[in-house]
Amino acid sequence: MSVTVLAEHRQGTIRDVTYEMLAAGRRLAHEMDGELEAVILGDDCEAMASELTRHAPRVVCGCHPALRYFSYETYQHVLLKLIKERKPAVFMLADSALGADLGPSLAVKLDAGIVSDVVDFHWTDNELVVSRGMHGGKLNADLSVKHSPAIVMVRQSFFRPEPIKIKGELVHYEVNADLETGLQTRHLGIEELSISGIDITKADILVGVGRGVKEEKNLEPVQEFADSIGAVLVGSRPVVDAGWLPKERQVGSSGKTVKPKLYIALGISGAFQHIAGMKGADTIIAVNKDPNAPIFAVADYGIVDDLHKVVPVLRKRLQEMKS
Amino acid sequence: MKVAVCVKRIPDTAESEIKVDDTGKDIIKDKLAFIINEPDNYALEEALILREKSGGTVVLVSIGPKETEEVLRIGLAKGADEAVRIDNAGLAGSDAIVLAGVLAAYFRKEQFDLVFTGCIAQDTQDSQVGPALAQFLGWPHAMYAIRFENKDNEVVVRRELEGGSLEVKRLNRPCVVSFQTGGNAPRYASILGIRQARTKPLERLDIASLGLEQDEVGDTGSKTRLIKLYVPKVSSAAEILQGTVDEKVSKIATIIKEKGLL
Repeated sequence: MSVTVLAEHRQGTIRDVTYEMLAAGRRLAHEMDGELEAVILGDDCEAMASELTRHAPRVVCGCHPALRYFSYETYQHVLLKLIKERKPAVFMLADSALGADLGPSLAVKLDAGIVSDVVDFHWTDNELVVSRGMHGGKLNADLSVKHSPAIVMVRQSFFRPEPIKIKGELVHYEVNADLETGLQTRHLGIEELSISGIDITKADILVGVGRGVKEEKNLEPVQEFADSIGAVLVGSRPVVDAGWLPKERQVGSSGKTVKPKLYIALGISGAFQHIAGMKGADTIIAVNKDPNAPIFAVADYGIVDDLHKVVPVLRKRLQEMKS
Repeated sequence: MKVAVCVKRIPDTAESEIKVDDTGKDIIKDKLAFIINEPDNYALEEALILREKSGGTVVLVSIGPKETEEVLRIGLAKGADEAVRIDNAGLAGSDAIVLAGVLAAYFRKEQFDLVFTGCIAQDTQDSQVGPALAQFLGWPHAMYAIRFENKDNEVVVRRELEGGSLEVKRLNRPCVVSFQTGGNAPRYASILGIRQARTKPLERLDIASLGLEQDEVGDTGSKTRLIKLYVPKVSSAAEILQGTVDEKVSKIATIIKEKGLL
């Protein structure tokens, strides 16, 4: 019985979610009385593989020129063979742009069970039980998954990486397949998000707005409030999708990760994608109508109320304090 | 170009409290409004834009009960040409892979050039149906697309990666493209559109008419089984300030001052 974690990396750097999965995977492997191994694929991933041996007892490293950029097709080709040979009970990958492109098609090919947005897992009576988020994190579900293998897509920025340093074994995996023929997709390049205005990752105070702002015109008093305290206005995905704030002001896993001294979250329910981008703030104050909003799980202080009532009063109070 | 858009009708829980029912396996829905899954709305808009440019047909496909037709009629009112509802009788307990298999059974019977889906179902938070459907059909796919260009025999998509950068990717056609929100501005239905939608074709199918056996779907066909639903415990709870708006704000202002946060 083993747990295999697919390492995720970009531009020569291992992504944090890999260490998060290895920490969580180690615990699961322990419960199963099994082994943990990491798999890393790439064109030149020796250095990263060797870095991973400090976090996993065994690291399987598969190098091939065609694996230079992630493609679900080439990854799938290699992993189908690898999984059939090594037979892990649980195959773990991130619920990410990489994982969601790869996991479901791998599950179909392997005729395996798969679960998205996984936040916990246990091995009881030879059965894998996973907890996963639903409805923007407002609800959880416990599911049992057939493990032949079970494909587990792990929520990013959720599990805590462990500082443990071990000296694992590095196993070279021969990728000798023809990975170039018969491909139906081709990677053409990466376009970085260009920043034309303020770099929100450098601001000390951020005021974040979410769906609770309801209408674009309601943004004005919030902007004025932000200006009055010298804060930069940022937003969660729905506000940016609506075009009310530019993409470079988006906080979250598909936007920017910020660590300001103070983050005031207004009408943000706290979908995990947003929380992933702001939970590192020194102090978090949240205002939301829903007492069960997940944002209150990461906030230091909370006000359960309508942001439109709170903002004008808060602005006035803070101004009085200044003078 | 014949484009299918897979859509899902879901309860709108973004701004409301969720409660689990007595069975522990479903949520209490009678006070909730139902809407189209938001990413699907962006997928539909992309299909409508494509048809305006290159002509063709846009067909909505959904799995669900009779009420799903409300969402399909709205999609037709926005401009889709036809709709198909696959009845969910016999599908209780089906996981996302099984549902992708049901859709695949439909797409094997019909000829399409493109299938668009949303990148995630916002109720179950599964981001699986698009890529799994593509794999069942042997087609290529792309997840988290926010830009789409149709070329002669292929398509080019820009898909969103973490941190907001985009991967540019070329796919052979036919293919499945799963859209993230934010890439376009979904239209509203016009009065004229709503009137026209009433007479647009809406086909009704069920698992038997797709040639599926009962044991391939539902609980028996799924490799995941729901044990229970629950509202997650708030782990490191915030200090919730009490009182009137004035009192709560005064407390927060005092904290901000004392901690020197500004």
